[in-house]
Amino acid sequence: MWDYTEKVLDHFRHPRNVGRIEHPDGTGTVGSLACGDSLTLTFKLDADGRIADVKFQTFGCASAIASSSALTELIKGKTLAEAEKISNKHIADYLGGLPEQKMHCSVMGREALEVAIHNYRTGETMVKELEENIVCTCFGVSENEILRVIRENGLSSVDQVTNFCKAGGGCGGCRDKIEALVAQVKSERAALKTTAPEAPRKLTHIQKIRLIEEIIDREIRPALQKDQGDVELVDVEGDRVVIAFRGMCAGCQVSEFTRRDFIQAKLRECVAPEVVVVEEGKA
Amino acid sequence: MSPPLVYFDNNATTCVAPEVRDAMMPFFQELWGNPSSMHFFGGQVARHVEAAREKLAALIHADPAEIIFTSCGSESDNMAIYGAAETLGPSAKIITSRVEHPAVLGPCRHFREHGYKVIELPVDGVGQLDLAALREAVYGGPCLVSVMWANNETGVIFPMEEIARIVKSAGGILHTDAVQTVGKVPIDVRKLPVDMLALSGHKLHAPKGIGALYVRRGTRLKTYLIGGHQEHGRRGGTENVPYIVGLGVAAELAGAHMDEENTRVAKLRDRLEQGLLHGCPDTRVNGDIRNRLPNTSNMSFEFIEGESILEDLSDFGICASSGSACASGSLEPSHVLRAMGVPFTAVHGSIRFSLSRYNTDADVDCLLEHMPQVVARLRAMSPFVPMARTP
Repeated sequence: MWDYTEKVLDHFRHPRNVGRIEHPDGTGTVGSLACGDSLTLTFKLDADGRIADVKFQTFGCASAIASSSALTELIKGKTLAEAEKISNKHIADYLGGLPEQKMHCSVMGREALEVAIHNYRTGETMVKELEENIVCTCFGVSENEILRVIRENGLSSVDQVTNFCKAGGGCGGCRDKIEALVAQVKSERAALKTTAPEAPRKLTHIQKIRLIEEIIDREIRPALQKDQGDVELVDVEGDRVVIAFRGMCAGCQVSEFTRRDFIQAKLRECVAPEVVVVEEGKA
Repeated sequence: MSPPLVYFDNNATTCVAPEVRDAMMPFFQELWGNPSSMHFFGGQVARHVEAAREKLAALIHADPAEIIFTSCGSESDNMAIYGAAETLGPSAKIITSRVEHPAVLGPCRHFREHGYKVIELPVDGVGQLDLAALREAVYGGPCLVSVMWANNETGVIFPMEEIARIVKSAGGILHTDAVQTVGKVPIDVRKLPVDMLALSGHKLHAPKGIGALYVRRGTRLKTYLIGGHQEHGRRGGTENVPYIVGLGVAAELAGAHMDEENTRVAKLRDRLEQGLLHGCPDTRVNGDIRNRLPNTSNMSFEFIEGESILEDLSDFGICASSGSACASGSLEPSHVLRAMGVPFTAVHGSIRFSLSRYNTDADVDCLLEHMPQVVARLRAMSPFVPMARTP
């Protein structure tokens, strides 16, 4: 039994905007019977280019129906440019969250919207399979779709990718490829992180605090914890960073070296060359 | 307030019979000794374990010495396949079917990874085993055949006599997963040359956590759970006394109610099935209805998806299960229905109703009252309902 939120159950039991609009401005269908769920979205625009009416028909489980219903509520009254910004996360958040294995239902909603808008603009019915590099042949999921769910939802494993877009959930033959895509996005993220300190002067105070915390978490704390020690960030006043030692570091004879030659050196390297690290109560 | 429970999911698990529960209680309260103990206090408990063994043996007409108590049906299947495959060695073939329970498919595939040749036999459109393929597979060297007696999803009963004849004439070892069969249809291992037979307590009104494996005298089986003298050294571990006693009583009750299962319960099932076929258009029954457990019906409701049907039925207190991908928690719909070649539309919209002797006419009435509106509500949302049928 799935643990659905009240909002999911409400949208499943009382779905909004069910049906199909006659002579719609845009139509989008995604999913298939073989996949176990399918969604057809139709919309009509008003004179100002806003979505005046939108309807859905869905074959699928309770969360697929609820996601479709939520999508229609989210985009009603929006311009297409605004509607395009809706991601699967917006749909899931609107419903108060979905079980992780059901996140693909929210992705199906976002995809149907994309296809419907494409249909309005070009008159074409988008057939992704023909245009893109298909990774998962069981469920017809392309490389771009996989990269998109990984990036938008911060995914870090193949199983998560399967939960979000089904890719890899059939024969499993493409799991290695998906793993490579996860690794690709991971290295993109890592590259972003390491380039971040290159522009330290642009940091606002709050950004600086976050960066210091991140560097402590990533670069400093693991090394201290190896020796059963630890460090805590107490305060940041301009360039002055106040810390407190914990565990074996507290009262350690060489904590002065740890402070200056390790923590301060690291923060000067990664945050700003002006940083001065002081121990709480000792400055 | 939640509606009263209407339970049609007895192939998943059954309620514990009150007689079973009552018989178990003393073994939690006063008779808690270890049956292996030398003192009077433990020793008296051993007699109850043996009495339960006799009752269970009687249900399938086995010798009590041929019954090994286990923790569940899955353990029984694992013990049989592991024990026989290890005894035969990697030159042996393991033959099974594509519609087995994961407790059988899992161990078979494990041995495939360890160099054994594993053959998964196909089934036809109504879920019957391809006997010609079995005949072909059993020849040429030692083999272990593990096929289920009745299918958990469709209730389809395999012709076990014919299967046994084929396997034994080729000198193979035959194990059958009879978890869904025991207690529902009569079984007589004196007349049927199966070597091993797995069963599970909670499918026949005993609690979860107890099962058994029948092992015909003389069958060579490598010990699976090593490290104890219990069960004549064939399964280590202190006996789960209260549950063994419970299974004994459940077996006795199953024997006593066997006729009812095959008359009253079968009639209830048929009324349920016919009522839904008439009450809901575009509905079909999956599986061989001439050779089927008396309590099971697997039906497909076209154009709609099983999990949403179950979710709607829950609102009326009705419990069943589905072969749809969503309901399984995986992305793959029922491997059983797919192996039968049931179209995707029908697999995703499949619902299994499985009854027990505790079901009543009122239960069936409740389902027949609510199901048509559930199906109509979901179809009104479905993109697959043909245009001509939409109002």
